[in-house]
Amino acid sequence: MSVLDSKTPSGPIKDQWTNHKNNINLVNPANKRLIDIIVVGTGLAGGSAAASLAEMGYKVKAFAFQDSPRRAHSIAAQGGINAAKNYQNDGDSVYRLFYDTVKGGDYRARESNVYRLAEVSASIIDQCVAQGVPFAREYGGLLDNRSFGGVLVSRTFYAKGQTGQQLLLGAYSAMNRQIGKGKIKMYNRHEMLELVVVDGKARGIIARDMVTGKLERHSAHAVVIASGGYGNVFFLSTNAMGSNATAAWRIHKKGAYFANPCYTQIHPTCIPRSGDYQSKLTLMSESLRNDGRIWVPKNMEDVEGIRSGKIKPKDLSVDQRDYYLERRYPAFGNLVPRDVASRAAKERCDAGYGVNKTGEAVFLDFASAIERYGKEKAYVLGMHNPTDAEVKDLGKKVIEDKYGNLFQMYQKITDDNPYETPMMIYPAVHYTMGGIWVDYNLMTTIPGCYAAGEANFSDHGANRLGASALMQGLADGYFVLPYTIGDYLSHEIRTGEISTDLPEFVAAEKEVYDRLNTLINIKGTKSVDHFHKELGKVMWDNVGMSRNAAGLKEAGEKIRKIRDEFWKDVLVPGTMNEFNPELEKAARVADFLELGELFAKDALERNESCGGHFREESVELDGEQKGEAKRDDVNYRYVAAWEWTGDPAQAKLHKEELEFKDIELKQRSYK
Amino acid sequence: MSENMKLTLKVWRQKDAKSQGKLETYQLDKISEHMSFLEMLDVLNEQLINTGEEPVAFDHDCREGICGMCSLYINGEAHGPDRGVTTCQLHMRMFKDGDTIYIEPFRSKAFPVIKDLVVDRGSFDRIQHAGGFVSVNTSGNTIDANTIPIPKEDADNAFDAATCIGCGACVATCKNSSAMLFVSAKVAQFSLLPQGKIEAKDRVLNMVHQMDLEGFGNCTNTGACEVECPKGISLENIAIMNKEYFKASTKA
Repeated sequence: MSVLDSKTPSGPIKDQWTNHKNNINLVNPANKRLIDIIVVGTGLAGGSAAASLAEMGYKVKAFAFQDSPRRAHSIAAQGGINAAKNYQNDGDSVYRLFYDTVKGGDYRARESNVYRLAEVSASIIDQCVAQGVPFAREYGGLLDNRSFGGVLVSRTFYAKGQTGQQLLLGAYSAMNRQIGKGKIKMYNRHEMLELVVVDGKARGIIARDMVTGKLERHSAHAVVIASGGYGNVFFLSTNAMGSNATAAWRIHKKGAYFANPCYTQIHPTCIPRSGDYQSKLTLMSESLRNDGRIWVPKNMEDVEGIRSGKIKPKDLSVDQRDYYLERRYPAFGNLVPRDVASRAAKERCDAGYGVNKTGEAVFLDFASAIERYGKEKAYVLGMHNPTDAEVKDLGKKVIEDKYGNLFQMYQKITDDNPYETPMMIYPAVHYTMGGIWVDYNLMTTIPGCYAAGEANFSDHGANRLGASALMQGLADGYFVLPYTIGDYLSHEIRTGEISTDLPEFVAAEKEVYDRLNTLINIKGTKSVDHFHKELGKVMWDNVGMSRNAAGLKEAGEKIRKIRDEFWKDVLVPGTMNEFNPELEKAARVADFLELGELFAKDALERNESCGGHFREESVELDGEQKGEAKRDDVNYRYVAAWEWTGDPAQAKLHKEELEFKDIELKQRSYK
Repeated sequence: MSENMKLTLKVWRQKDAKSQGKLETYQLDKISEHMSFLEMLDVLNEQLINTGEEPVAFDHDCREGICGMCSLYINGEAHGPDRGVTTCQLHMRMFKDGDTIYIEPFRSKAFPVIKDLVVDRGSFDRIQHAGGFVSVNTSGNTIDANTIPIPKEDADNAFDAATCIGCGACVATCKNSSAMLFVSAKVAQFSLLPQGKIEAKDRVLNMVHQMDLEGFGNCTNTGACEVECPKGISLENIAIMNKEYFKASTKA
């Protein structure tokens, strides 16, 4: 085991980034034109990085497996993006955003990175507005804010329930400007399948043209992986169908350490599953918890009545309902962080109070908000004695303005009208805080290979706060990586163009060819999805919201078994040299089957409860916090970074000890 | 309420861009009305794989109606019979036991078929490369976001135009294969915002020029695009674009 060097600059935390920027090496404009950078993934992190690097003068090649950069799954982010602007005059500041993020992440993030994130957050909003991103505004023409879970201020900027879409289209437009100028060469429908390392440095990738099936070699002086998270290891998640860990896993197998894989966010407000055919789960934005109240019936007979359809949820009076978040966490109520809200929902459902047929659903109710907003609106309109119906209609209008698209989405999926009856929700896998280990410069343990956005592990610790993913993706891509990468590239100005005829490229291409060829020729009896679903079931049952040592050991064994069977019995139709979605899936699932095992191993090794990682062995036994998660700062105050050794079960652990100089370590209390 | 629908599917199969395609017939049963349309196709593909046939290729990704990747012309309508949804949000409750469903790719000269139901919409990207942006570099030194107040109505209208997901339903639906709704959504978004006004002239001229080069047809105001648009992008955007285009081409 070695000690990892985070390369955090010295000095007071508030000066670190400024000093670092002043001291890192620059590449002169004439030399930038001679330097190639590959960016894999075109979501918020990859898209903004590609655009910024091209603006600076580098030659950028960007890769997306979708048919356009605009389709990356950042597009589906709903609620908003945080920034320490303090436009609402509620006491917000860079320090407070930094503090909330470190606390929200349950003290498992690197302080210096988080502070930088908070510091650049305000510039993101300025930049996006300058690009023409249409954020929500107040009647005075200034930007509107709302609040999100785990914080006590209103710092979230939003564009209805489509903030991710608008931010991604902003980054996409910045890319388009550079693509039009020939500064970015865009490779759509291309998937990175291997990293090429030459003399210990990242020098290129092997990508597959998904239309023709042809394998291509691409060289560069640096490679940026911004390929998102690995939530689809659970099969069912809120990720897109194509979201995958292959790029991240491939660099891991070439020497990049994988950090904290067990830190996974199970989001509390998703539409419950409806059947075995289910292909994915749909998120209902956390912003809904601003106005929605979460409850289950207090009495078991009412639960049964609701399940059988004999009584309607709105027939129950307030004292027949258990607003369990408001009951357990009076200070934060429905706005507790996601991990806390998810576990509380599971607790009620495990106790038998789930409100749908599967017993895995709770209510998210807007009736109080509709009434409150309706009364406010009526007052503003000078209606002194509005009828109940008038209040309701006015209130519904306000709710529609705020969340219209989410309500429509809910209604289309479930066939229920959430303006009239409470939504039903249940937790689902949503985001992965863990990822490729990076230093302060976002460089992985492979020189010249960087990781940005959800693909890296850096800023969210063990739990991500709402509206922080968009902030991190754009901070990495617009404001961090474009500077820090120059420090490395300043040593590459004499390298010249890198030939793709080098033996390392030939070998990497052959590796990919052999892997795909093997998959095609197994000609077994079961589809790729069959194995993916089996893996997902083990992950959800044993490595889901609640974990224990026996279950985690069992998970490791089971995953290994599924993996063995997969390589013996998978059926991939078609050939390599054509458009072949089943082959694409097979290659991704093969990687998930290794990642899943490392995930379980990491969860087993970390015998403490922190953030999204809950170990049944580590709970508070008495006092006010009885039953809540118990962190162990003495034994586990570190980042677990795993080195590939040829077998996930034998991965080697490296630790980065976390130092907390600016924030006092405390138990996270939302009571 | 049905958990057990029987369906006949007529699906367009085409090996690649050069091959000739045709409709193939498939029978499905045990389809639940709660499935999404694409989950129904997942069931079909699982059945095809297990019987040694090649699965049907179709584009899809987010499966929540926002990425714009899914397409499909279902019973003669882009994204099928429901309104305000993409194919991935279309649910089987819109169909009945015993129905025959025709599934074809989005058809347009500017959207060549790649395989089966998958088409190449690269033409849309190329139109955006021509002008779908505001020329501002990432510096961290732009002006404070609240320096220029924008009337809420303008911001809301710009947002409504900006919600276009670039799926191509408008083109597939239009008898002329016109991309005017798609292009106008971007032109209108920027024309409503102070940040976009500076380059308004070049933007509209360049984007329209590229649109013509790609082989899209012209608009004859039939309005089918607006009806089939899953995001309800308004025809008013086309009027805004025409006004912008007229202004740009008459001013020297």
